[in-house]
Amino acid sequence: MLSFIGRRLLVAIPTVFLVVTLAFFMMRAAPGGPFDMDRKLPPEIEQNVLARYGMNRPLPEQYLSYLAGVAHGDLGPSLKYKDKSVLDVLKENAPISLRLGALAISLALVVGVSLGVFAAARQNGPGDHLVMSVAVLGVCIPTFVTAPLLVLAFASELGWLPSGGWNDGAWRNLVLPVIVLALPQIAVISRLTRAGMIEVLRSNYIRTARAKGLPEHRVILRHALRAAILPLVSYLGPACAGLLTGSLVVERIFNLPGLGRFFVVSALQRDYTVVMGMVIVYAALILVLNLIADLVHAALDPRVRLS
Amino acid sequence: MNRLAHGSARGAQTLERAAARGRSLWDDARARLFRNRAALAGMATLALLALAAVIGPHLAPFAYDEVRKDDVWLPPLTGGHLLGADALGRDLLARLLMGLRVSLAIGLVATAVSLMIGVAWGATAGFVGGRTDETMMRVVDVLYSLPFIFFVILLMVTFGSNLILMFLAIGAVEWLTMSRIVRGQTLTLKQKEFVEAARAAGLSNGAIIARHIVPNLLGPVVVYVTLTIPAVILAESFLSFLGLGVQPPMASLGGLIADGAQQMEIAPWLLIFPSAAMILTLLSFNFIGDGLRDAIDPKDR
Repeated sequence: MLSFIGRRLLVAIPTVFLVVTLAFFMMRAAPGGPFDMDRKLPPEIEQNVLARYGMNRPLPEQYLSYLAGVAHGDLGPSLKYKDKSVLDVLKENAPISLRLGALAISLALVVGVSLGVFAAARQNGPGDHLVMSVAVLGVCIPTFVTAPLLVLAFASELGWLPSGGWNDGAWRNLVLPVIVLALPQIAVISRLTRAGMIEVLRSNYIRTARAKGLPEHRVILRHALRAAILPLVSYLGPACAGLLTGSLVVERIFNLPGLGRFFVVSALQRDYTVVMGMVIVYAALILVLNLIADLVHAALDPRVRLS
Repeated sequence: MNRLAHGSARGAQTLERAAARGRSLWDDARARLFRNRAALAGMATLALLALAAVIGPHLAPFAYDEVRKDDVWLPPLTGGHLLGADALGRDLLARLLMGLRVSLAIGLVATAVSLMIGVAWGATAGFVGGRTDETMMRVVDVLYSLPFIFFVILLMVTFGSNLILMFLAIGAVEWLTMSRIVRGQTLTLKQKEFVEAARAAGLSNGAIIARHIVPNLLGPVVVYVTLTIPAVILAESFLSFLGLGVQPPMASLGGLIADGAQQMEIAPWLLIFPSAAMILTLLSFNFIGDGLRDAIDPKDR
């Protein structure tokens, strides 16, 4: 197990390296720079500013020194937010995105698994059809459609909830963003749970459990569910990637100061270091989550050997 | 000897008759597909949407970029605007038809790109096997773990919003799953007797892949293609929503929705109609994809 984790981390290093390299050169290939103003700086001052951030050196040299910094956990200073390092910027914004994401995935798991079990227990009945139709809709309606529609309904028309803003994470401000983020995941999770459940319910050990007279809810919740949610565990990685993508839209619509919002803004402002720092954090997050998913999968399914 | 030859001739005759009456797997699949009402509805809706996208912009009474100062924010069914007009007085119907055309075109082209890369990559990896397979799939694994949407965003920021680049960027990302599916299928196919026969006949690897492996991959690939097109449309709309995709005055579904979301309190129709068109398109593709999957691979029903 330890050697498995070790080997996976060894594979992760070239991945992160590739991420850093691609991000670095793509950012630098973009026209314009972080110090472009409406009024052009006098060349001497511009030279000084560039020298201050080491950007007057040849590109390969900058790349190597950036790599060395990353290897030491130093992501450099932000180019747009004076006196702030990239780590400071991340520390301010990441907790907001993480909180949103954690709430959304928890909500999606609870609701999605319940709906999936409910549908599987009533396979081909009206309840099943209803849940699955809603799930298809949930997969098809993108976040950038649900978000404005929900704001229109619950904030503008009914006035029950605020239409945006963080407000130090007050629950009323969190309700709509979390629901919007969770909806597509609920749809996928309920479909996966239902499919897994239906397959498991046909297996021999379920017949045995029923034959020895266990009540149906016990058969489903104790025996079937454990095997049925296995496919879900492997879905955890892609789900989190989906949440990250969704957060780009949700944080923009609801005006939340999280990573997703900062990413696009920083890319447009050519804040090289902040953009690269965020890409690295996201890539690392996905790698770690995939590793955790594999470990949990192995812990739940005795047939899986980590090798 | 004579009797044997006679017997086998009779056997061939019965076989021939059976073949004349029998149905191929594809006939069965088609019959199953046409019995699936959701898939049929999806196909009909999609055909209408495609027709509207192709000829609609030519029939619409206004051009999609025609600015009319007097028509600003006219509600639907007024001033000759069936679906109303936007903040610049442009006809929403004309813009919607144009947006549909752009989004569908992007979906088709980017999916074609991903299809070509994915099938070539997956079939080669699966067929050659061994170390080549290992290396090629490791590349896919590494690319899979990249936060791709961020790279697409960086790409759009770097090179400006350019339609061709967007086709390539999205297509280049969507091929990963395709290559995995194709590789898995190839691994089973290459054990089949007809591949052995082709090899015995002296065909090269390339010829076997092109003539014997790829045609037999059709089923799962078709299913995945119908599911990739909506994914691509979604990705494009997502970029356009963030302001990085198709640039005004050109329209795309995502751009129109973004536009509508900013003015929804003044002119809700600008949000509602493009959203509905988007949902309808994505639903149709998903129904067709699900129907095709059930038709081609009925074991999960």
